Amino acid sequence: MSSFNPIGTWTLFQRESRRFLRVKMQTIVAPALTAILYLIVFRYAMGERQVPGLDVDYFSFLIPGLMMMAMLQNAFANTSSSMIVGKIMNVHVFLLMSPISAGEAVFAFLAAAVLRALVVGSVLLLVLLPFSELTLTHVWMILFYGICGSLIMGSLGLIGGMWSKTFDDMAMVNNFIIMPLTFLSGVFYSVTQLPPFWQAINAWNPFFYLIDGFRHGFIATGDSDPLQAMGAVAALTVLAVLSSWYLWRIGWKLKE
Amino acid sequence: MNALEIKNVGKVYGNGKVALQDVSLLVPEGSFFALLGPNGAGKSTLINILADTVHASSGSVSLLGHELFLERAWCKRRMGVVPQEIAFDPFFSPREVLKFSRGMYGQKADDAWVDELLERLELSEHAHKITRQLSGGMRRRLLVAQALVHRPKLVILDEPTAGVDVELRKRLWDFMRELNAAGTTILLTTHYLEEAEELCDQIAIINQGKLITSGSMKALMGEVASSSLCLQYAKPLQLSEEDKASLADFSPHICGDKLCLTLNKRGISSDFDVVYQAAKQRFGTPADVSIRQEDLEDVFLRLTATEQSNSEQGG
Repeated sequence: MSSFNPIGTWTLFQRESRRFLRVKMQTIVAPALTAILYLIVFRYAMGERQVPGLDVDYFSFLIPGLMMMAMLQNAFANTSSSMIVGKIMNVHVFLLMSPISAGEAVFAFLAAAVLRALVVGSVLLLVLLPFSELTLTHVWMILFYGICGSLIMGSLGLIGGMWSKTFDDMAMVNNFIIMPLTFLSGVFYSVTQLPPFWQAINAWNPFFYLIDGFRHGFIATGDSDPLQAMGAVAALTVLAVLSSWYLWRIGWKLKE
Repeated sequence: MNALEIKNVGKVYGNGKVALQDVSLLVPEGSFFALLGPNGAGKSTLINILADTVHASSGSVSLLGHELFLERAWCKRRMGVVPQEIAFDPFFSPREVLKFSRGMYGQKADDAWVDELLERLELSEHAHKITRQLSGGMRRRLLVAQALVHRPKLVILDEPTAGVDVELRKRLWDFMRELNAAGTTILLTTHYLEEAEELCDQIAIINQGKLITSGSMKALMGEVASSSLCLQYAKPLQLSEEDKASLADFSPHICGDKLCLTLNKRGISSDFDVVYQAAKQRFGTPADVSIRQEDLEDVFLRLTATEQSNSEQGG
């Protein structure tokens, strides 16, 4: 008998998506509002300036970066909050007891994370597009980076959620790892503006490539070569997904 | 066939605590099985190993002839577990919890069965509330419903009636009995030993991670449970060494203000006269006579206490 459980996987995906749709003020409206606030602040702080080194106005530069940042953070939030709430409320035992394999569970969790990222990204785009002259130049590139980024962050959320014992642990991962990496990844500035030392460090920040590549899909220019970075991003995506699958499979921090 | 064959299962936790040692037992298909033991005996660890929330350190388990650790998905579809700790998803209502749970077990929606479960577990009125608004007893019943929603062949209930009032408990057990009569194997842990004795036909007692006894309830009560003849005299008795020696066959002891003498085994009345005459010869005619049969609770306490003192001597 086949041990695949498509109905179970679909149900888990529905559960994970319904969770964020049910609290849409927090999960969709709030990130959109935050991005709009950033945009207003930077729009008026920076005026009509061009981004140094790139032939693009700051506003058009900022929007894709903010979009991607919101998508990454939301993909992470979806899996990590579900894991930590599940652990604290002890409902994760129902998932462990159910005949859903590690692969199926990770698939369902990541699909919901990607869905949430895409919903948040689309809402931001719809809200911000009327205020800018942005065009979707390379849709495939936008989708590639958007989906890979969401998969990486969704996987990291799963791993972070498995590792965390308390909400505090989770907040620590979020505030000390995820936030600095996303903020320092060139959302708000072109990395060519950084001193050489920080540029060298930045070259190792995967979020930089995600955001730069994603933005490239809109403004057709950027700090890195988006085609070259694709291989690394794809590899990192596979690595992140496989890691979360493996850790789930062995029941890391989930089963004694 | 056996619903469960547990072979030499052991568990050592990461902190070095030995929770189970070489536990082997059989749960016959269709039985109503009581897994008993004092707090911390290892019952929940064993159940959690079956449920796949804890890894076994050693041993193997087969469920309806399939290796549990190798064919998890197959086995999981055929078992429903009510965990001891109340857990609930704060985002969903009981009806949604049941629908999701059924789906996760790979089964198509079955509203009629969900309705019946809600009805039988007296949750119909609360089916649309958010689980957070449910009382403790309701949440526990929801856990039971959740374990049954995919119609498992084996239902495992870890303390399902803790905190549930007498009336509801009775109705819950009636429901379990019905499921059992329809062919579902039921394994439960409970601290209500009277209920276990009444409901279950099979029993296992574990203590300090080791199996003490297992088998049919009837056999255990027949072999292990004894009854005593209790004689009350107008003047409370003191047993002299001489008295003890002469009645040694009946292990005389004073409980309260009565003299208690062990009759051979539960329900064997032929000894009554011998014991009575022996006592009468020694102490005269008693003012009152009664027979006290050991129930499961007595047997349980005796078996787990012996084990404890043995291991204390040993250790």
